Amino acid sequence: MQSLLEQVAAGLLWRFPGGVHPPTRKAELSKKPIASLPLPDKLYIPLRQHIGVAGHCLVHKGDHVMKGQPLTLADNSMSVPVHAPTSGLILAVTEHTSPHPSALPEPCIVLEPDGLDEWREREPMHYPRCSTEQLLERIQQSGIAGMGGAGFPTHLKSAVQQHVELLIINGVECEPYISADDALMQEQADTIVQGIEILCHILEPKAVLIAIEDDKPAAISAMQNACDGRQPWYVRPVPTKYPSGGEKQLIQLLTGREVPAGRRPIDIGMMMFNVGTSFAVAQAVLHDIPLLSRIVTVAGDTLQHPQNVLAPIGTPVSDLLHFCGFQPERPQRVIMGGPMMGFTLPDLSVPIIKTTNCILAPTQQELPAAGEEMDCIRCTACAEACPASLLPQQLLWFSKAKDTEKLDEYNLFDCIECGACAYVCPSEIPLVQYYRVAKAEIREQQREALKAEQAKARFEARQARLEAEKLERQRRNEQLAAERAAKQSASAPDAVAAALARVKSQQQQTPGDLEAIKAERERKKQQARERQAEKTEAPADSVSATDPRQAAITAALARAKAKKQAAATSDSERVQSQQTEPGQTATESVETAAANEASDPRKAAIAAALARAKAKKQAAASASDNGQTEQEQAKPAHTGAAQAAAEPAQTAAASEASDPRKAAIAAAIARAKAKKQTEARPAPEKAGPEEAKSDQTDPASAPDEHIAPTEQPSDPRKAAIAAAVARAKARKRKETELK
Amino acid sequence: MSFRIASSPHQHNQKTTSQLMLWVVIAALPAIAVQSYLFGYGVLVQLLLAIVTAWASEALVLMLRDKTILPRLKDHSALVTAVLLAVSIPAYAPWWLVVIGTAFAIIMVKQLYGGLGFNLFNPAMAAYVLLLIAFPVQMTQWLPPAALQQHALGPLDAVCAVFNQASCQGLSLEQLRQGVDGMTMATPLDTARTDLMMGLTLPESYQKPLFQGGVGVGWFWLNLAWLAGGLLLLQQRVIQWRIPVSVLGSLALCSLIAWSVNPDTNFSPLFQLFSGATMLAAFFIATDPVSASTTARGRIYYGVLIGVLVFVIRSFGGYPDAFAFAVLLANMAVPLIDYYTRPRTYGHKVVKGR
Amino acid sequence: MMTTALAVLGVLALLFGAILGYAAIRFRVESDPLIEQIDDILPQTQCGQCGYPGCRPYAEAIANGDDINKCPPGGEATVRKLADLMGVEPKPLHEEAQNAVKKVAFIREDECIGCTKCIQACPVDAIVGATRQMHTVIVDECTGCDLCVEPCPVDCIDMIPLIETAERWKWDLQAIPVRMVEAD
Ligand code: SF4
Ligand code: SF4
Ligand code: SF4
Ligand code: SF4
Repeated sequence: MQSLLEQVAAGLLWRFPGGVHPPTRKAELSKKPIASLPLPDKLYIPLRQHIGVAGHCLVHKGDHVMKGQPLTLADNSMSVPVHAPTSGLILAVTEHTSPHPSALPEPCIVLEPDGLDEWREREPMHYPRCSTEQLLERIQQSGIAGMGGAGFPTHLKSAVQQHVELLIINGVECEPYISADDALMQEQADTIVQGIEILCHILEPKAVLIAIEDDKPAAISAMQNACDGRQPWYVRPVPTKYPSGGEKQLIQLLTGREVPAGRRPIDIGMMMFNVGTSFAVAQAVLHDIPLLSRIVTVAGDTLQHPQNVLAPIGTPVSDLLHFCGFQPERPQRVIMGGPMMGFTLPDLSVPIIKTTNCILAPTQQELPAAGEEMDCIRCTACAEACPASLLPQQLLWFSKAKDTEKLDEYNLFDCIECGACAYVCPSEIPLVQYYRVAKAEIREQQREALKAEQAKARFEARQARLEAEKLERQRRNEQLAAERAAKQSASAPDAVAAALARVKSQQQQTPGDLEAIKAERERKKQQARERQAEKTEAPADSVSATDPRQAAITAALARAKAKKQAAATSDSERVQSQQTEPGQTATESVETAAANEASDPRKAAIAAALARAKAKKQAAASASDNGQTEQEQAKPAHTGAAQAAAEPAQTAAASEASDPRKAAIAAAIARAKAKKQTEARPAPEKAGPEEAKSDQTDPASAPDEHIAPTEQPSDPRKAAIAAAVARAKARKRKETELK
Repeated sequence: MSFRIASSPHQHNQKTTSQLMLWVVIAALPAIAVQSYLFGYGVLVQLLLAIVTAWASEALVLMLRDKTILPRLKDHSALVTAVLLAVSIPAYAPWWLVVIGTAFAIIMVKQLYGGLGFNLFNPAMAAYVLLLIAFPVQMTQWLPPAALQQHALGPLDAVCAVFNQASCQGLSLEQLRQGVDGMTMATPLDTARTDLMMGLTLPESYQKPLFQGGVGVGWFWLNLAWLAGGLLLLQQRVIQWRIPVSVLGSLALCSLIAWSVNPDTNFSPLFQLFSGATMLAAFFIATDPVSASTTARGRIYYGVLIGVLVFVIRSFGGYPDAFAFAVLLANMAVPLIDYYTRPRTYGHKVVKGR
Repeated sequence: MMTTALAVLGVLALLFGAILGYAAIRFRVESDPLIEQIDDILPQTQCGQCGYPGCRPYAEAIANGDDINKCPPGGEATVRKLADLMGVEPKPLHEEAQNAVKKVAFIREDECIGCTKCIQACPVDAIVGATRQMHTVIVDECTGCDLCVEPCPVDCIDMIPLIETAERWKWDLQAIPVRMVEAD
């Protein structure tokens, strides 16, 4: 029994099951030299181009950057930076259509090249004298992520503890059309070999295997020459079959071993890099050139000059296509990636990123769009094509039935989405699409389950905490009560009794709370619905009323009146007795505010806000509880709003205008009030909310305006009391109305 | 300019279901020609009847099920069912036989189970069995091969015979079935078995004019034609080798063993392979993708099961040919076979559930 | 003859019965109490929309025979699983609540007055903040239960749809907006 290394040395090849032989269409492309793209007008550089997390953006709009300057900061191991592919001006950092099948917008740096192509300082390394850490650091900082397609950060992959037996360099490139790696091997074989040497320096493998499909004779001989008899390096031509370039399939093909499910190749002593990656490593280490550009195969019959193009990262696809003489038909399909695993683009402003190896603009004859999906006839052509030995027709069945357990039993997650099954399916079923949806669904379910578990834990922890707090409170209350009982003979029993009553009522309330909240929510929904219905009518006579400023003035007047009244009846006991009413949280807060250091205007503001909100809710309640006419509804709303307006104005006046924080709070309240007022109006005009908004944008000035017409009440406490009284009045009025 | 969004892969090998089915029909043509030459033009009439019935009933059910009709008719699966049933029926069986059979196959066996791809049983064979049980007489009225026929029949006679059960000259089917020796003819398989029952040994039975060198006259050529068609299907990759090879292999092996034990009472392998519907079943019926096993290993077991069942039923059963029963029985075993022959997924040790 | 046949059958029946009985005892699956199982199926949003103050009370209620279709956040999937578990027919969800978009709470922070009311309302402690300080929602912990919206006195909490990211994308190709570009 030979060891694996001996077998490999003897040139043995194994086979993997399944696979298909789509026409490769590479011959013409791979003979042309690599073309260089002139600098595009704008580059869109996505912050994240690899698997992992995006780095923090380091640049801002208007910055000037040098070529090779990092644009993001890779501050943890899961991220790699992106660099400026050329010198120029940062136009924006914004969202842009991402080069992802979903085409969801993702953050992007927009760079306008200045045409000078000025480099930053570069510091080449002499790698034999460098430590592994230094090299890995350089690889990470050069932004290198797997260039074969997945985009896994190379430094992470290389930083393994396990021993690497076999370093496999993947130059297979099995998808039709794509010949970017082929071209690279033909033109840059020496640099690739240098890159492999650096990787060997880091990984110290026992042997190096360079796998190239046997339909690329030029690349094979170029690499053979470049390797120049290095031992034990083997350039190994492999038979042309799709998907022999898949990591797992290639390992099986070259070594006869399988990567156990859920493990990585390193677990069986193997490590695989793309030729593009080793090229990038050599550039980064030897010349300090980070990953700024890549070779992209631009192909398809709608192009006059299909060819391999060296394009800066961030080049919009449209630039590339037009460079190659794009003559679209309609509807045109533009595919990023190969015809088997690529995805279609919804528009052409999508940029090239580190993992983009091909842009395909085929004609309809060349790659006909899929026909109508028919029923599966269980012909098992798919099972015979599947390189992972799955049963695609069963998976299809279970995916349609959303049978998660069965999908798992039939190893859906071992599907590499190679598309071989859909390629052969005579019923033209988009099998891969079904699997992707099913996978996304299952992942989502797993996330949900995890979240539910966490939520449950948090909920239970919270319950426990509340329970403990409640006990604690009770204990304290009893203590306090005992103390007070000792001081019973003192002169003010009222307040204590009231406080106790309040506490009790609050405690009684707790079980009913949820009910109350639910009822409240219902009411609110109802209100929203009514509002919506009313909006459509929109009578014109409420212009003046919807003007928040005018409302503020009226409110101020109302407040003044209320204050006078309050002064007349200034009876604090009455207020307190009212406060003991259960279910009036707002009242309690007011009391607290009043009872506490009343000199704090902030508290007053809060109290005011609460009072106002309460008034609003009452209004809402009255509005929905009985089917009143619009005019009647308007009244309570008006009252509430007017009072609400009055209160913050007062508070603002009372507060030191020089205190920006206080002003801000006052402004916030005023703003909220204004908004609510307009909302509460049965028929708000468009002008209403807009003005409210303009109010919002200028929080500092808002309070001033409210203050202007009012007198300067010096005592905030009085104001709070006044507010409370006004509120109580409003409520009573409403109650009588209801009756 | 608008863009087309599609899921990968964006390429297809351009072999569609309808093409595959059409290939099956094309591959059946030589055998149909041989059959109509040897057994009369009745075959063509039956074929026509079956196809019309199949299309009509398919369209009807699709309409009732509110599905698109044309694309599904165009998958040609109904056509294949019709062809396979028509060639299994005696050439001059009454017209209603094939109509009932085809309608049953399409409506009950295929569409009621959910349409193409969902039927458990091979529609043509299920219908065949139904007819065989319900109308045993009509289903066994095979005419002698043309070479042995007393009365030659023209194309017009065929139509008359199918619709009136008599030739245009008024000869009844019974008369037509008489061979040159004046005896009413059955299929070679039937004859041999009847002879066995009557105490004759097989070599004695083979002396009859129906047999020639150990295989039935005509039937040999017919089986050869089916074999040729089957090889064409293999070459076109419409079917895979596993099922036909395992069916024929197991049948040959079983009969070889039995034959070497007692050549007097057991059919020779050659006779087994080239009589009755052997080649038709091995290449065209057992390979029906829908009702066959779906795993590579499972298909071998499935084929072997059919081969063995055929041998057993032919040797010990009471029916003239065994393929319909064997295929249906094997159909029933498919879910089980599939379950136990799941391939090992890449990177997994053993299949779960075993 | 007859009697032997009967006897044999009888013995066989007894034998199989014994085997089955033994197997039932020997291979019994220890299962959670029913309430636990139900609770595991419920989405743990703790929103109270089912009419109970949290998922667990509802689980208890189901175990005691309440309807299984009262949990809107769980959607049809939960109803189906519950039906499976309880061995009853799945019922359609109460109107409205048919598969709504996932939402999370969002506090407009510059408007928050720091009253802590929302913290008190949140069943899973997904809001952080302190008295008179700005409050914020931990998006990953928010179950979207809606309970904090109501108590906020300045109405600065919104329920916003969860942003779709590439990771969470469900491969809905139909939903990709195709931008029309003029041919040039
Ligand atoms: S190739 Fe298509 S039709 Fe054939 S079994 Fe697979 S999914 Fe079904
Ligand atoms: S896409 Fe998945 S199921 Fe289909 S052939 Fe590839 S690995 Fe197999
Ligand atoms: S409705 Fe809300 S509280 Fe009730 S079970 Fe569902 S998620 Fe839990
Ligand atoms: S309830 Fe509203 S105002 Fe109070 S802390 Fe929460 S978000 Fe802020």
